[in-house]
Amino acid sequence: MFGIRFNHGRIERNLILLGVLTLITISIGGLVQVIPLFTIESTIERVGGIRPYTPLELAGRDIYVREGCYTCHSQMVRPFRDERERYGHYSLAAESMFDRPFQWGSKRTGPDLARVGGRYSDEWHVLHLRHPRELVPETVMPDYAFLDRPLNYADIRERLAAQRSLGVPYTEEMVANARADLEAQARPAEDGAAFAARYARARQMDPDGNPRAITEMDAIVAYLQMLGTLVDFSEVTPERLRQQ
Amino acid sequence: MPHDVIAAAAVPPVMRGAMRPQPVYVETPLRAFAVATIFWGIAGFLVGVYIAFQLAFPVLNLGLEYTTFGRLRPLHTSAVIFAFGGNALLLTSLYVVQRTCRARLLGGDDAAWFLFWGYNFFIVIAATGYLLGVTQGKEYAEPEWYADLWLTFVWVAYLVIYGGTILRREEPHIYVANWFFLAFIITVAVLHLGNNMALPVSFAGAKSYGAAAGVQDAMIQWWYGHNAVGFFLTAGFLGMMYYFVPKQAERPIYSYRLSIVHFWALTFLYIWAGPHHLHHTALPDWAQVLGMVFSIMLWMPSWGGMINGLMTLSGAWDKLRTDPGLRFSVAALGFYGIATFEGPVMSIRAVNSLSHYTDWTIGHVHSGALGWNGFITFGVLYWLVPRLWGRTQLWSAKLANWHFWIATLGILLYITSMWVSGIMQGLMWRAYDHLGFLQYSFVETVAAMRPYYVIRALGGVLFLVGALLMAYNLYRSVRAPREANAALPAATAAA
Repeated sequence: MFGIRFNHGRIERNLILLGVLTLITISIGGLVQVIPLFTIESTIERVGGIRPYTPLELAGRDIYVREGCYTCHSQMVRPFRDERERYGHYSLAAESMFDRPFQWGSKRTGPDLARVGGRYSDEWHVLHLRHPRELVPETVMPDYAFLDRPLNYADIRERLAAQRSLGVPYTEEMVANARADLEAQARPAEDGAAFAARYARARQMDPDGNPRAITEMDAIVAYLQMLGTLVDFSEVTPERLRQQ
Repeated sequence: MPHDVIAAAAVPPVMRGAMRPQPVYVETPLRAFAVATIFWGIAGFLVGVYIAFQLAFPVLNLGLEYTTFGRLRPLHTSAVIFAFGGNALLLTSLYVVQRTCRARLLGGDDAAWFLFWGYNFFIVIAATGYLLGVTQGKEYAEPEWYADLWLTFVWVAYLVIYGGTILRREEPHIYVANWFFLAFIITVAVLHLGNNMALPVSFAGAKSYGAAAGVQDAMIQWWYGHNAVGFFLTAGFLGMMYYFVPKQAERPIYSYRLSIVHFWALTFLYIWAGPHHLHHTALPDWAQVLGMVFSIMLWMPSWGGMINGLMTLSGAWDKLRTDPGLRFSVAALGFYGIATFEGPVMSIRAVNSLSHYTDWTIGHVHSGALGWNGFITFGVLYWLVPRLWGRTQLWSAKLANWHFWIATLGILLYITSMWVSGIMQGLMWRAYDHLGFLQYSFVETVAAMRPYYVIRALGGVLFLVGALLMAYNLYRSVRAPREANAALPAATAAA
């Protein structure tokens, strides 16, 4: 014990030594936990169907983040029987591999939304977002009627470009057509062939039923309606889901 | 010869001829930190009470984008952690480092004023951004890239000023409180940089996207998030504990050796605990198990720190009857012990499967935040504020006593209601009826929460009322006339 005290006295008299030892001590755990997630390939399950968000979905996702929806809704179905029956197949790492930021959440004041896509109609979402208590009297969700305003998508191309430079597999063509694709998805009356060719399983939609304007409401409903719909679980085998 | 003249002039007249001349400590800017601590504390508690009522009465969201729960909740968490807690940490670390090193702050008053305005400017630009919907969408790391850059600048200055003051010390040893403050400053810098790597969409706009995505982003975020608790709200506040509890008790710290073990064990183990926020998620199991095991081990150094603080009162327990500040500090250590026992329990995967996503987590956080961080800060303020203004007496010990009991009752209402609602909701989610169907729809569990949300909000009201009593008490204390012999600078009174 005398040895410990003697050595520690040296540390206590030397600020640089104390600081460097502290830095080393606090670095080990983080390095061990974070670095392998980038190097072990099976961290992201090998499933098909995952694609980057369409420009309209991305705009909707950015609104979801802006409004702090994650403070009450998770996007992470856990592998329990009750969650499977309530929400669907447990969530995969692959399903959020392009999510910046991830929105797994930490609190379920409202239900999990990881697989909410396609569970309700577009119209239901619009009415529910505007005045939740008109559809669900017991809910404590705020009114989001203010989302009935024009979507500002002037920088949508820059948003895709930023994601592309961070490694999201948007092609140059997708970036160049970001604005056109956003408008094509939000205007079902127009020809969407070029848009559909770039984004598999994406649907043209005008949730708020107002063809004159592309609104924030349109964008967030487009995002909610695709959540959890990309992976076809009938084709997935346990081997493909195994993480190291 | 001229050198000697300058050196003599630098020593204040009152000190000349003393055996060990004391440096002139930086104090006036610390008063600003104390005022900011109280101001942001009350603001943060007020927003917390408001959003607590929103969960019971959603009409309080007012239909405005600026006042929805989703935007106000980060305002509450940032106000209490970074504004209230941050100003308290700056106040105490700058006060403690000068006295334990017998050295004037590096850079003097100007350096302290820069930290005050620089840090509080960060708070203001972050908070106004939240109301406008500017957020990174990561818990406790919501400020966008421009605010993060500014904070980085201020934080590096903080490290230089703090470390530079230690380098000037006259004492051969660096006192244990400074180890914890130093670990807090270094680790928060590492966490802040690691979790905020982001690419702005354009330098003319606020929006950015983070460098990591999905599962990696989740791990980095909770490495950050848990250690914001571990180093901002724990290591930093333990620095306060190691100076002010011995001061209040007028006893040396119980065990020097325990301090050493406590420090290195806590700093090494805490950083591993992040994955317990991601149990049963898409994070690989090996990382979850590591997080659980280290979280359980963390119980030991946590209680080591609590024991070191409580045992310091050996032979001085009678002071609890007469010193309301000490009473807050000791109760804070009690709540620290409760929270750091509950945390390891909740980090066990089987327990977490029930507690996660429920109000149990919220209750756990608040037993630490209100009981530990809040109470130890109140204890320090009751001791330090009169001294910073050259007073020796608190205006009313009786009012401080009322604060103590009102706030304690508030915390008890808060954490017990959240235990009941959290465990109840977790059980309702997994309940099956006799035919094998899920028994409750989700919204039925929401409706069942309501009475507990009202109780929780009332607990918050009590905590807020207590803080208002403290603010009034401290205001009257520094406005009281100085006694003839009491007009000592804090430097002398506290040395």
